[in-house]
Amino acid sequence: MHEMSIAIQIIEIAGASIPDELKGTPVEKLNLKIGKLSAVIPDSLVFCFDIAAENTAFEGSFLNIEEIPVRLKCLSCDHQWIIEEPAFKCDSCNSGSIEVISGRELDIESIEFQD
Amino acid sequence: MEIKVAQKMLDANDEMARHNRLLFKEKNVFVINIMSSPGSGKTTLLEKTLGRIQPDINCGIIVGDICTKNDAERILKTGAPAIQINTDAFGGECHLSAGSIEKAASDFNLEEMDLLIVENVGNLVCPAEFDIGEDVRVVVLSVTEGEDKPLKYPLMFRESSLALLNKIDLLPYLDYDIGLTKKYITRINAEMPVIEISSKTLEGFDQWIEWLKNRIIQKK
Ligand SMILES: Nc1nc2c(ncn2[C@@H]2O[C@H](COP(=O)(O)OP(=O)(O)O)[C@@H](O)[C@H]2O)c(=O)[nH]1
Ligand SMILES: [Mg+2]
Ligand SMILES: [Zn+2]
Repeated sequence: MHEMSIAIQIIEIAGASIPDELKGTPVEKLNLKIGKLSAVIPDSLVFCFDIAAENTAFEGSFLNIEEIPVRLKCLSCDHQWIIEEPAFKCDSCNSGSIEVISGRELDIESIEFQD
Repeated sequence: MEIKVAQKMLDANDEMARHNRLLFKEKNVFVINIMSSPGSGKTTLLEKTLGRIQPDINCGIIVGDICTKNDAERILKTGAPAIQINTDAFGGECHLSAGSIEKAASDFNLEEMDLLIVENVGNLVCPAEFDIGEDVRVVVLSVTEGEDKPLKYPLMFRESSLALLNKIDLLPYLDYDIGLTKKYITRINAEMPVIEISSKTLEGFDQWIEWLKNRIIQKK
């Protein structure tokens, strides 16, 4: 539901990291990593990004989202595994003392320019 | 041609949250972020909680809402200073950001405050993502909502330090399976305590107030 404000943040952050010599070069692709546990829905983000990108360096560029699986680590036995369903309990020793290792990402990775 | 960016989308918010946390620590203010769906009873919980802890504990309240001022007016009647943040900038923003808290907090006298309670916007999704510089997050779930809410909103239940199961005065009139809700909460966050309360009859309030006071003391 906050995808529009996130889209605007992305454009601001990514825009600020374009070096002077590439200013004006059309952007082809913006690469993101979004964890599956995050409260951002990729489809809505793409929709908002396309609107927010109008009249910026990113107008018409492709938002490429890599979804990151939720990987957990048991703090009792060090076992690591990936979950598809919301169940935060060690599937090896049954402990509920769990750390989320990945799946919370909301990262801007890189910008690809047209040659 | 590809250039690395390697930055977090929420960098600006997280930076502001760090700034808030430092400020609250310096002023010795304990900050609690209360989150729930609309109508779970956050404002009622606040009114009743303030009735129990004032004037021993000096409180300030920030209420986030999409557009009305009703909640702040309800809180002001308890005698606590309250500030309403309306988040309608984008046709209804769905969470409070660290920046909006920083602005609201600057209108309080933090020197004289022990406890700042933030009632977040009614929503179980987005507020979980935005750090505001709080010490603890409390999720409120009422027994008129589905038992499976913890499974549908896992991030919220992972990120909270306490779950309050509210409106238990209504249990005799419902087919609600409170054991099932607790089982689902355990599946998401086995280490989080759950306290059953009624903000109407004040059942369970002793336990909740004790939890709150302990956490405030721990910070000092
Ligand atoms: N029966 C009962 N009703 C409650 C309780 N807590 C809140 N309510 C009612 O639930 C409705 C929504 O409460 P409110 O505090 O405005 O919810 P908020 O949107 O989370 O701030 C109001 O009509 C309250 O009177 C409770 O413990 N028991
Ligand atoms: Mg309210
Ligand atoms: Zn284990």
